[in-house]
Amino acid sequence: MLEKLLLNHYEAAAVILSGIGLTNLLLQRNLIKKIIGLNIMDTAVYLFLAAKGYVEGRAAPILIENGSGGWLTSSALYVNPVPAGLVLTGIVVSVSVTAFALALTLKLYESYGTLNIDEALLKMTEEQEQLEAVIEEADEEVLS
Amino acid sequence: MNEELKNIWRAFFNWVMGNGPRPENEVIPPEPPPDLPFTQKPHDKYTRFHEATLKERYNQWLEIHGLHIFAILYTGLSVLTCIVIVSLLLATVAELPPFGHERNPANNEVIRRYVEHGGHETGAQNIVAGLILDYRAFDTFGESAVLFTAAVSVLMLLGASRRNKTDTHSLPSSNAMDAYSIHAPPMRHHTFRKDDVILRAVASLSIPVILMMGCVVVINGHLSPGGGFSGGAILSTALILCANAYGFERVHEFFNERTFIVSSSTALMIYALSKGYSFFTGANHIHSVIPKGTIGNILSGGLILPLNICVGLIVAGTLYGFYALFSEGDM
Repeated sequence: MLEKLLLNHYEAAAVILSGIGLTNLLLQRNLIKKIIGLNIMDTAVYLFLAAKGYVEGRAAPILIENGSGGWLTSSALYVNPVPAGLVLTGIVVSVSVTAFALALTLKLYESYGTLNIDEALLKMTEEQEQLEAVIEEADEEVLS
Repeated sequence: MNEELKNIWRAFFNWVMGNGPRPENEVIPPEPPPDLPFTQKPHDKYTRFHEATLKERYNQWLEIHGLHIFAILYTGLSVLTCIVIVSLLLATVAELPPFGHERNPANNEVIRRYVEHGGHETGAQNIVAGLILDYRAFDTFGESAVLFTAAVSVLMLLGASRRNKTDTHSLPSSNAMDAYSIHAPPMRHHTFRKDDVILRAVASLSIPVILMMGCVVVINGHLSPGGGFSGGAILSTALILCANAYGFERVHEFFNERTFIVSSSTALMIYALSKGYSFFTGANHIHSVIPKGTIGNILSGGLILPLNICVGLIVAGTLYGFYALFSEGDM
C-alpha cells in the first residue's frame, strides 16, 4: 500500500491536507482559524484535481504551431484541460464563500468583541437574559 | 378438563395479583411501626440531608469538570473522525491509477474531442479558454454571478452597517436599546500615512505597469495562459496599491460603489445576452453572425475576447471591493 501511495503522492498529500483542514475546522474555537481550515480543504481539492489532470511528458493545453502555418491538434501532445476549468470554478466559489464568512465574522466581532465562538455564545445568552428582564420590567410597568 | 383449566387460571390470576400462596422459606417482614409525626423522623431526615449534599457536590463537580470532560471527549472524537476519514481516503488513493499515466481513465474520449476539435470549433489557441468560455460558458457565467453576489452581500453586510451607525447616533437611544447593546462595538482603527514618499514613488512607477500587465493577461486570454479571472485579479492589485499609496478617496473619485454596481451588472448582462445568442444559434443550427477568426490572431475565438473582458471587469471590481470593504468599511 505504501508503494502505491508513493506512486500517487500528490493525491495522498491532497487527502492529508484535507484531513488537516477538517481537523482545524472541528477543533479551532477561533472563527478566523476555522475559515483558514476551510481554505486548506479547498486547496487540497485543487491539488487533487490538478494532479488528476497531469499526464507525464505532455505540454500545457495551448496549441503549438507545426511550422507550416497550421496547428498541432493531436491529443497525445497536451495534458487534460478539464481539471483546469474545474479548479477555476472551485477557486471562485472558495473566494466568495471566504469573503462572506469573513464579513459575518467581522460583524460578530463588532457586536461581541471576541472571535472565540464559545465566548460569543456565552455573551449571546447573557444578552438574551438581560433583554428578557428588560421586557418583563416593561410588562410589569404597563400592567401596574 | 374445564375445571382444571379454571383452577390453573385462578392460581395464575392470584399469583399475578399477589394473593397466591407464599413459598415456604419466605420471610415475612414485620409490620412497620405506626407513622410518627414528621418532626420525629430522624432517620429519614438524615438520608435527605445526605441526598442534598450529594446533589450539591455532583452539581459542583459538574460545574468544575463537566466542560473539561466534554472538551476532552469532543477533541478525541473529532480527531478520531478525522483519522478515520483520512485513512479511508488514503486507502482509496492507494487504489487509484498511477499518477500521470496517459492511459488513465480520466484521459478519455472527452479530452480527445476537446483537444482535437477545440481549436477549430472555438477559434481559441488556449484550449482551456475555449473550454470555459465557449463549451462551458454558462458555468463561467454562474461563477461570475456568484462572485458578484458575494461582493454585493459583503457590501450589504459591511457597507450598510457604517451608514446605519451614523444614523443611530443622531437618534435618541431608548432604554431597551441601551440594555441590548451592552458590549460597545470595537471600532477598526486605521492610520494612513499621507506622505509616504517611498510608497508613492514606487506606486507611481508600478501602477501603470501592473495595469498594462492585467490588460495583456485579459486580452490575450484566448492565446496564452490567463484570462478574465487572473487578469482581473492583477487589475484589482493595481487599484489596491493605488488606494494604499494615495488613500481611498483618490480611488473613490473614479471607482466607487455606484461604478462597481453599474460596471459589473453591465458586464453580466452583456455576457448573458451574447452567450445566450451564441447558444441559441448553435443549438438550433442557425447561422451565427459572430466570426470565429483565425487561430492565433488577437481578434479570434469568437466571443471569448469580449467575455474575458466582462469577467475581468467583474473580478477586478469584486476583489478591490472586498479589500476596501474589509479595511475601510466603505467603497
